Amino acid sequence: MIRWLAGLIGFGLAATSALAAEPALIGVGYLGVAAPRSTLSLIAQPAENDGVAGARLAIDDNNTTGKFLGQRFALEERRVKEGEDPVQAATALAEKNGFIITDLPADALLKVSDALRDRGTLLFNAGAIDERLREADCRANVIHTAPTRAMLADALGQYLVWKKWSRWLLVVGSHDEDKLFADALRRAAARFGAKIVQEKTFEDKGGARRTDSGVTLIQRQMPVFTQGAPAYDVLVAADESEVFGGYLPYRTWDPRPVAGSAGLVPRSWDASQDQWGAIQMQNRFVKLNSRRMTALDMQAWTAVRMIGEATSRTNSGDVTKVTDFIKGPDFSVAAFKGTRLTLRDWNLQLRQPILLVDGRMVVSVSPQEGFLHQVSELDTLGYDRPESKCKLK
Amino acid sequence: MRSSWHRDDAAPPPPLAGEGWGEGVSASDSPREERALSRIASCDAMRPPPQAGEVKTARGQMSRILATPLLVTLILAAAPAHAFIAYVSNEKSNTVTVIDTDSWTVTKTIKVGQRPRGIDFTRDAKFVMVAVGDDDTIQMIDAKTQSVVDSLPSGPDPELFAQDAAGKILYVANENDNTVTVIDLEKRVRLGDIQVGVEPEGMTISPDGKTLINTSETTNMAHFIDTASRQIVANVLVDARPRFAEFKHDSSEVWVSSEIGGTVSIIDPRKHEVIGKVTFEIPGLRKEAIQPVGIGMTKDDKTAFVALGPANRIAVVDVASRKVTKYLLVGQRVWHMAFTPDEKYLLTTNGVSNDVSVIDVAAQKVIKTIQVGELPWGIAIAP
Repeated sequence: MIRWLAGLIGFGLAATSALAAEPALIGVGYLGVAAPRSTLSLIAQPAENDGVAGARLAIDDNNTTGKFLGQRFALEERRVKEGEDPVQAATALAEKNGFIITDLPADALLKVSDALRDRGTLLFNAGAIDERLREADCRANVIHTAPTRAMLADALGQYLVWKKWSRWLLVVGSHDEDKLFADALRRAAARFGAKIVQEKTFEDKGGARRTDSGVTLIQRQMPVFTQGAPAYDVLVAADESEVFGGYLPYRTWDPRPVAGSAGLVPRSWDASQDQWGAIQMQNRFVKLNSRRMTALDMQAWTAVRMIGEATSRTNSGDVTKVTDFIKGPDFSVAAFKGTRLTLRDWNLQLRQPILLVDGRMVVSVSPQEGFLHQVSELDTLGYDRPESKCKLK
Repeated sequence: MRSSWHRDDAAPPPPLAGEGWGEGVSASDSPREERALSRIASCDAMRPPPQAGEVKTARGQMSRILATPLLVTLILAAAPAHAFIAYVSNEKSNTVTVIDTDSWTVTKTIKVGQRPRGIDFTRDAKFVMVAVGDDDTIQMIDAKTQSVVDSLPSGPDPELFAQDAAGKILYVANENDNTVTVIDLEKRVRLGDIQVGVEPEGMTISPDGKTLINTSETTNMAHFIDTASRQIVANVLVDARPRFAEFKHDSSEVWVSSEIGGTVSIIDPRKHEVIGKVTFEIPGLRKEAIQPVGIGMTKDDKTAFVALGPANRIAVVDVASRKVTKYLLVGQRVWHMAFTPDEKYLLTTNGVSNDVSVIDVAAQKVIKTIQVGELPWGIAIAP
C-alpha cells in the first residue's frame, strides 16, 4: 500500500511535467479473422468491423487521457483469411506493436501465442470463449477479456435458478462448439441446483439461413420438435452455430420461455446496456462507428482500455512494465458494469459481470444476489481457482 | 407503501399522507406549501426560529409523528427548530422533490426535463439549477414559485456543475463531450469550453475562486483548471472512475472520490500531488460494493461524510487522521448529500431505495427516511 501510494505521488509529479515532452507512442495491434459468420436473424449479422470498432474507440479514449500524460496510442489492424497462417500476420503486427488484441479461434490463438512468446508481446484474447484457453492450454502471455462458456452458462444458470425455473429442457446443436456450450450448461445446472429433465439434439442437416418462405416451414417444425417433453420450466438451447436457436422462441409445443443461445442470452455486453454510466460510452461508440456496440466490440474496448489504464498508472509504454502491472495485485479496470474488473491471477481471465439480454433490453446482470463467494462474487461465474487446471507458462 | 422510517427504528409508524411516489404530493397540499413558500421568501432575512411547540400545533399531521418518542425527544432536544427547504433531483422520475426539513415531509414535486442529476442553488438563493442531462440543458427553478422558469445553454449531457464565489460564472461538466462548458449566469449565455478528459463529472471550485477542479471518469484524473485563463494547469491521476471533488473550507486539500477504485484521494492543491487516501472496509461486505461518490465536509473541516453507493452506507471520516470512525446505514445506493445550513442535519439521496436519509450530524445517527421520486440523485438545500 505504501509503495503503491508512493508510486502514485511520484506519478502525479511526472504526469504534470511530461506535458511538454514528445508523446511516447504505444502501438496496439488487432488481429481478427476475415470470415464473417452467418446468423439466423438478419439484424444479428455482425458488421465487418465487429470487435475492432471497440478497439478504435478505446484508442480514442486512451488518447484523450494520453494527451495529459504525453502518451499516444495507435492501432494497426490485420485480418487473416481462411487457410492463411495467423502466425505470419501476428509476427508482422508484433514488429511495431507490443500489445495485440486477437479475435481468433482457439487453435490459431495458441499458435500465435507460442510463436510470440519469446518476443514479450502481450496478447489479449477478445474473441475466443473456449474454456481450454484458460485451463489446460492457458498461456502466460495471453490475457482474456472474452468471458468463457462456463461464465456465460453460470450467469444464465444463476438467474434461472433465482427465477425458480429449475427444470430445463436442454436442446443441443450437433456442432462441437454447441456441445461445449451444452457441457457448460450441464455444469451450471449441477452447480446451482437445476435439473435437466431431458436433452434433445438438433441435427444440422445443412440448408440456407436465408430463404423466401422459411417461416412457414419452421412454424411446423419447431412445435413438433419440442413435443412430448417431460414437464419443464424453460427450454435452454445450446446453438452457437446459429442453426436453430433463433427459431425456438414462441414456437415450442408447450408455452415456455427460451434461454441460452436464443431468447434470454448471456453476454458480456449489449447495445441496450445503459447503466453505470454506460450511456456515455454507447453514445461515443455510435458517434464513431455509426452502429451499435456488440459484446465483441466491448471485449476489444476493454482490452485496449486495460493497456491504457496500465500505461497511465505506470506512466510508461514499456511492454514489460505494463504487463507486470496488469498481472499485478493493484490492477483493476472500470468498464461500465457497476464494479471494478480484475484479473484471475491463476489463468489471466478478466472477472466480469455478465448481462442477460433479450435482444431489446438488459433483463438482469449476474452474479445474482445470494450467490456468495469468499474472494469475489464474480468468481461464482466460471471455473474457480481450486478447480483450475491452468499452469501459466 | 414503504415505511418512511429508518430500518433501525423499532416500530414503523403508519405511513404519512402524500408519502410514496413523489407525484402523490401535489401543489394542492396548500397549508404546508404556503408555509414552505413563506420560508423561501424570508430565507435571507433574519427570522425568529419557531419553537418546538409551534411546530406541533401548526400542523395536524404532525401529531402522529410526534407520538413516536424518538422524534419528540429530538424536537424537544433541538431547541431552535430551523426549517429549510431541500430540493432532490429524481433521475428516473424527471422530477425534483421539495422537502421541508422541519416536518421532514415532501411539500411539492416539480416536473423537470429528462434525467435530472446535478442540482444547486444560485448564490442569491433565488433559483435552483438542475442539470437535465438527456435534454442537454440546465433548468432554472424559481425558488419562490417552485417551477421551471428558464434554462441555460450547457452543452451536451450536463451532469454536475460548479459556480464561482460571486455566482456569476457557472462551469458545467458535459459527460458526452469531454468538455467543461463555461456559462455567464447573468446573461445566461455560453462563454466557451475547456477540453478535459473522457467523461468529465466531478466539479468543484476553490474557496478563492481561482482554481476549478474537474474529474474525468474514464481518464481517472482530477484536472486543475485556472479560472482566469481557463487552461488546465495540472492533471492528477487518482483511482478509477473519479466522480466527485470537494475542497476543504481552508483550501488546504481537495478530496476526490473514486467510485470503482473504492477510495477517496486527498490532493494537495498547491503541489498537485496525492498526499493521502481514505480507504474503506466494512466487515461482511465485499470490496466491490464500496463505491464512494458524494462527499460532504463540515465547516470546521473536522469531519467528512462519504457516500459509499451500493454499500448503502455513509462513512464518517476524521479529516485529520483520514480514518473512518463510523459507518452509518442509509438507503440503497447512496449518491450525494447536503447539509442543512445550520449543519445540524445531513440529507443523503438513496438511488435504489428511492428515499432520502436524514442524519443527525452531532449524534452521527440516521434519524429519518423520506420517500421521494424514483432514483433520487442530487440534493441542494436553500442557504
